[in-house]
Amino acid sequence: MSTVSETTHNGAVAVGAPPVPSADDGLSPAELAAKYGLTVSGARPGLVEYTRQLWGRRHFINEFAKARTAAQYTQARLGQLWQVMTPLLNAAVYYLIFGVLIGTKRGVDNFIAFLVTGVFIFTFTQSSILSGVRAISGNLGLIRALHFPRASMPIAFTLMQLQQLIMSMFVLVSIVLMTGEVPTTSWFLVIPALLLQWVFNTGMALIVARLGSKMTDLAQLMPFILRTWMYMSGVMYSIDKLTATAPHAMRILLDINPTAVYIDLMRFALISSVTAAQMPPHVWASAVLWALIAGVGGYFYFWKAEESYGRG
Amino acid sequence: MDVVEQQTQALPPLQAPTVPLIPTVICEDVHIVYTVYGAGTGKGSATAALGRMLSKKRRSSNVRRVHAVKGVSFTAYRGEAIGIIGSNGSGKSTLLRAIAGLLPTESGRIYTDGQPSLLGVNAALMNDLTGATNVILGGLAMGMSKEEIRTRFKGIVDFSGINEKGDFITLPMRTYSSGMAARLRFSIAAAKNHDVLMIDEALATGDRAFQKRSEDRIHELRKEAGTVFLVSHNNKSIRDTCDRVVWLEKGDLLMDGPTEEVLEAYEEATGGK
Repeated sequence: MSTVSETTHNGAVAVGAPPVPSADDGLSPAELAAKYGLTVSGARPGLVEYTRQLWGRRHFINEFAKARTAAQYTQARLGQLWQVMTPLLNAAVYYLIFGVLIGTKRGVDNFIAFLVTGVFIFTFTQSSILSGVRAISGNLGLIRALHFPRASMPIAFTLMQLQQLIMSMFVLVSIVLMTGEVPTTSWFLVIPALLLQWVFNTGMALIVARLGSKMTDLAQLMPFILRTWMYMSGVMYSIDKLTATAPHAMRILLDINPTAVYIDLMRFALISSVTAAQMPPHVWASAVLWALIAGVGGYFYFWKAEESYGRG
Repeated sequence: MDVVEQQTQALPPLQAPTVPLIPTVICEDVHIVYTVYGAGTGKGSATAALGRMLSKKRRSSNVRRVHAVKGVSFTAYRGEAIGIIGSNGSGKSTLLRAIAGLLPTESGRIYTDGQPSLLGVNAALMNDLTGATNVILGGLAMGMSKEEIRTRFKGIVDFSGINEKGDFITLPMRTYSSGMAARLRFSIAAAKNHDVLMIDEALATGDRAFQKRSEDRIHELRKEAGTVFLVSHNNKSIRDTCDRVVWLEKGDLLMDGPTEEVLEAYEEATGGK
């Protein structure tokens, strides 16, 4: 067997790489690649193909979210119980401060249920965005080791938050029941409201995941942005009462705020004293619209940079 | 050294030389640059950082660019097993990741046949979870279907030998010894069949019996795969597995050729075996 057939490799000493000279010798790498149907490694697939790949990874996304959630509490003796304890303690703190110490009702019937609903629903969006910022930058090891549609990461993290929220919902429902609410058919509205919010959150997480992968300071900045957002979302007060005398433009701005919309919907579903009259106009339409804008827009925006995640 | 003797020692070529060469991986003048934040060229204190923010020359701050691979070109063909050697930090793993499409290239192109996969699931596994959960998670992360994992589960556990001394697979991975964990990781990673397979220092884990098992498995994988890349500092495992070797040094491709010739030059340059 002859071992010496010359090919040059960019100044390197090349001794006998291919044993047989072939008809491909004169071709440039690109022509050679085209001839044998090779494709550029790591190129971004089309949107439809990408979605197909992502769907193919649904079990991974689900399992990853489950495993992460389980891993969170393994070192604590009470384990998974913390999933319920955390929202319960949160609610207790708010009750202590706003219900007992300040004793405020701010013109809202059943203020405790009103407040806790607001806090839990806002926390859902808040924690989805916070974990979204680090979804790419915090999992570089995984991204640099294995091949999968990168959107799996932010989606898995929002799934974790959804799962956490469902736990919180049990706490919320018990609190609402304890404060004297009676279950009605409107409680079924919880499900579409949560689904819409989850789509919205996923879209937001995808957007901040791309931003966070490039702007490494965003993770530090995000808590402040989110806190400002919380104070504008009517978590602790009724936008309806506050804006009764406010200019029309300000009222509209506060009313179309997506988190305010999702909080309003949840309160409307669970609390009988919150009536349709207090809802901003077209509240369901804005809930759907926000989910669509964030969901579709975020997915598209994230996909546009798919091949660049993992650099640097 | 005699070429014929070398052939009996190494794995025989999987295809007769008369079969036309089919390229599976083509690297064309590949450059890879890492951008590192917090590399700390300046002082680490907050006031120093603030000073840098206010000063005009922003780029110079604590962002550094590391040119890890500098213009590497080669073509790999079906049926080849290619060893990649070079000292630590010479860009071997970086190059493999770029071929796998996991790291974007700064300039140049990498063409591949299908989706090359890197043999490594370490990053997908979670130490707080049981070995069994990690087998499922790792399998899914590599793109196996649930069915596939279910049918191979027992095979993976048996191969790793985790259960030889009791029912350890249902314990969290953080309770494993480092050898056990490494064995389980390799077993999960090696459970899948690949078109273009890349192995990054996976052979030197576990006890002697396990090393033998994993070497056999790699030979098996090589038969199924189109092309195998192996990064290793163990020249013996390169000799046993590869018929071609690429030598990288500081991101440059120094030499590319038959295993024995390149290894001899490498051993000479690095001061013996």
